[in-house]
Amino acid sequence: MTGKEYRTITDVKGPLVFLNKTEPVAFGEIVTLRLANGDIKNGQVLDTSDDLVIVQVFEGTAKINRETGVTFMGDVFKLPVSTDLVGRILDGAGRPRDGGPEIVADEKADIIGAAINPYSRQSPNDFIQTGVSAIDLCTSLVRGQKLPIFSASGLPHNDIALQIARQAKLKDSDEEFIVVFCAMGITAEEYNFFRSDLERTGALENAVLFVNLADDPAVERIITPRLALTAAEYLAFEKDYHVLVIYTDMTNYCDALRQIGAAREEVPGRRGYPGYMYTDLAMLYERAGIVKGKKGSITQFPILTMPGDDITHPIPDLSGYITEGQIVISRELHQQGIYPPINVLPSLSRLMGSCIGEKTTREDHKSVSDQMYAAYAQGRELRGLVAIVGEDALNERDKQLLDFSGVFEDKFLRQTRDEDRSIEETLDLCWTLMSSIDTKYLVRLDQKWIEKYHPDNRE
Amino acid sequence: MSNEGVIYRISGPVVTATGMSAAMYDVVRVGHEGLMGEVIELHGEKAVIQVYEDTSGIRPGEPVLNTEETLSVSLGPGLLTQIYDGIQRPLPTLEKEMGVFITRGVDADAFDLEKIWTFEPQVAVGDAVVGGQVIGHVQETDTIIHKIMVPPTASGTVKSIESGDFNVTQTVCVLEDGTEMQMMQKWPVRTPRPFQQKYAPDTPLVTGMRILDFLFPLAKGGAAGIPGPFGSGKTVTQQSLAKYSDAQLVVYIGCGERGNEMTEVLDEFPHLIDPNTGKPLMERTVMIANTSNMPVAAREASVYTGITIAEYFRDMGYDVALMADSTSRWAEAMREISSRLEEMPGEEGYPAYLSSRIAEFYERAGRVETLNGDDGSVTVIGAVSPPGGDISEPVSQGTLRIVKVFWGLDAGLARQRHFPAINWLNSYSLYPQSLDQWFRDNIAQDFPEIRTQISVLLQIESELQEIVQLVGSDALPVDQQLTLEVARMIREFFLQQNGFHDVDAYCDIHLQYHMAKAILSFQDAAKSAMADGALLNDVVNVPARSDLMRARFEKGYIDRIDSMVKKMNDEIADAVETN
Repeated sequence: MTGKEYRTITDVKGPLVFLNKTEPVAFGEIVTLRLANGDIKNGQVLDTSDDLVIVQVFEGTAKINRETGVTFMGDVFKLPVSTDLVGRILDGAGRPRDGGPEIVADEKADIIGAAINPYSRQSPNDFIQTGVSAIDLCTSLVRGQKLPIFSASGLPHNDIALQIARQAKLKDSDEEFIVVFCAMGITAEEYNFFRSDLERTGALENAVLFVNLADDPAVERIITPRLALTAAEYLAFEKDYHVLVIYTDMTNYCDALRQIGAAREEVPGRRGYPGYMYTDLAMLYERAGIVKGKKGSITQFPILTMPGDDITHPIPDLSGYITEGQIVISRELHQQGIYPPINVLPSLSRLMGSCIGEKTTREDHKSVSDQMYAAYAQGRELRGLVAIVGEDALNERDKQLLDFSGVFEDKFLRQTRDEDRSIEETLDLCWTLMSSIDTKYLVRLDQKWIEKYHPDNRE
Repeated sequence: MSNEGVIYRISGPVVTATGMSAAMYDVVRVGHEGLMGEVIELHGEKAVIQVYEDTSGIRPGEPVLNTEETLSVSLGPGLLTQIYDGIQRPLPTLEKEMGVFITRGVDADAFDLEKIWTFEPQVAVGDAVVGGQVIGHVQETDTIIHKIMVPPTASGTVKSIESGDFNVTQTVCVLEDGTEMQMMQKWPVRTPRPFQQKYAPDTPLVTGMRILDFLFPLAKGGAAGIPGPFGSGKTVTQQSLAKYSDAQLVVYIGCGERGNEMTEVLDEFPHLIDPNTGKPLMERTVMIANTSNMPVAAREASVYTGITIAEYFRDMGYDVALMADSTSRWAEAMREISSRLEEMPGEEGYPAYLSSRIAEFYERAGRVETLNGDDGSVTVIGAVSPPGGDISEPVSQGTLRIVKVFWGLDAGLARQRHFPAINWLNSYSLYPQSLDQWFRDNIAQDFPEIRTQISVLLQIESELQEIVQLVGSDALPVDQQLTLEVARMIREFFLQQNGFHDVDAYCDIHLQYHMAKAILSFQDAAKSAMADGALLNDVVNVPARSDLMRARFEKGYIDRIDSMVKKMNDEIADAVETN
């Protein structure tokens, strides 16, 4: 159903168009704008009243004038969903980008997405093995979790995300993930990197890509992740798939949000970002999880680049308050040539406790993880002291810990881009590395695990 | 004007209606679907409404109906063990009505109106009753007797009183003036329930967490703020408090936080046993879960819903503890609504009335003489999530101005895996003076002195650590090295506590005292042994000391601790001879 065309535009400001005297228009309704040259643009209603309607135009407001015709489409933004989505590449507004046919819809899903009733959620507790030692040991990923990568410009977060997408699987299972990839304002080069890697490994057949590039309209980025998550929800909760959603780069998304806020002359919060950014981000991140009575799941891997490497910047800060932990990429490690340069010290997985141990990974996992972390943290701290007092001033224990911190980075963190270590390999590697420290200093290891797994006690 | 109007404008959760008579805070039904909202501003003919559900697809011209009631909660038997959203709709009912996703336009009773309870009267025909007076009671759960009270605004002489099985909407008592009373009553959430007077708190809320009970105690009826950056353990601390504190009832508000975390609480609580009564924890708990992606206006309301329920139980004479996780999300909801109203902002975009709203909320805590002469309390513990962990921001500052207990969580400690990551140097409690008498009478005469000695040691350690950073610990004189060793014992043995460990998660307050004494006893024994020539290394490494420290993870520790301390002291004394 489409209504009549209005030519009542009064103001155009940034991405926003203001109209006078229309029919009663619904909040959130879709709008098409027909330009004098016949071009069509799309938008969405942000504010509606008897006298004035504010429309946010996704493709930018270039060439819009007072003669532009505006038609209200009578419905809120919906994505046609079906299993045909799998294997397709769509643009940031959900139109085919791969030259293929339109998606034949099984149904149309509202892209805003409703909140999952907390009572209907199921606690996530299936361990996902990523094959990356630092993540599997210290920030174990759980199916249904949202675990962002906090990175910064010039760091290899894309490689890490791809490696995870390639290797992630449930332990002792061949069940694969459907990858929903959502690009927001990344460069064509980055996008080609993702696409060719997915193609090379054959993962593209099991993926859905939503792509908004750096030269695509910024405002469109507001809906791109919502489309991706709507597709993910359909695949997970209607079609029983396990879905891994990777979106990059959240920083571009937040900047688009700020742009609209500024155009609406809203009162800005910190650093000019809108006051509702927490709620807005929560409405994306919280669309991860597992629900009772459904087989599928949504696991999220948002990537964000911290402006100025600053973890207290509003984007990582608000994200950290919503997501279930974070994986922090370190410039220092990257400059030392270590891949993946994951700094385990500020990294965290809040759901780790529920997914590791005898039944899922191995009985010594928690103990080993605590000990590796503690020894590395102390070793790192000693580096600062050594810079002042010199290595000779250290006692025997401190010397061992200092040496261990180097080994940790070189042998434990470092792995190649296609090295897929099983969790047993990771744990055994830890034991080998920890054997360089006298066991009496390994206070966080249970005695029974030392007897069972320490290289001195094994064949 | 009638009580029916039409929608004029929609902007996110804020809707403007015209042509309707309305008063501030009236509850209205918006649009054809009847979405719930509340009037928050009046402009001539126009009423501005905050809507508790998603507004997409709603159009100008749709009807708005004023119920002419203010936002209220239902109070009565059936509240306990419930899990509500921000506007007191039970989540299990919502699941039944709309499936796993929360859609909109569904109304749900706060509890089962048909359920039959056995009402036992406590007044007789002809008795004069006043507001708040108990007219009878119901055994709601094994541990909690639900007292049925005269609504605060009513009074008179009892004309008839029932006894036996009734549901919550049937009349159980009639007064001479014709007032009929049911077991269920309603109370507007934004109005504090009345009481006779506030008392000064004199009893601690014992939480079983050593750093809180021992160093920074909170009084029953007090208010505490827990600010901390993400990952520092706010939620874990709040959950431990909900599990183990010796309040008789707990109201837990998950305000704008993570869905999976709420699910964890919902999964876990029904299986937990209250260490104080031995009964399932759920039986004393009411939960409110409005996660971050649920409608923002309902998040704003959730803290009021929670505290009104808490006050209702307080009026029965119970000690109630309320946890709000996180008040920052509540403040942000206010900010979001305020910005939609185009109000002139105060600091960081928050409305100018932010600090007064925070103060009003915490002021609803307190130990009171209830209308019926009983003694009840509401203790409020609010988590604060300051951006970037910087507590100079408005919500933290507004909170710190009003609360008397500050438990400062520290990202650095969390990173060292020191949990609970409460910084002992900048946290404070202003209650010790009023609580010390209780500690002297109930735990030990010298309890306050022991506490002082422990905090002084921690202070000295922080000063010494600055020197150690520069020159290394070996450069210090041995007595200072011993002090460092004792302080390390306080940190690792006493302040650190494993919230997930069966035994260590809850530490009896008597045991806390014995553990603190054990540390001081080690210090004394070591000092005197070293004065007689023992070496620091030998003294520190006596086996009985590490046995003592490790044994806190074992049951029955309190019975053995004295003998273990004695053994340690003997071994330390032996260290003199072997040297």
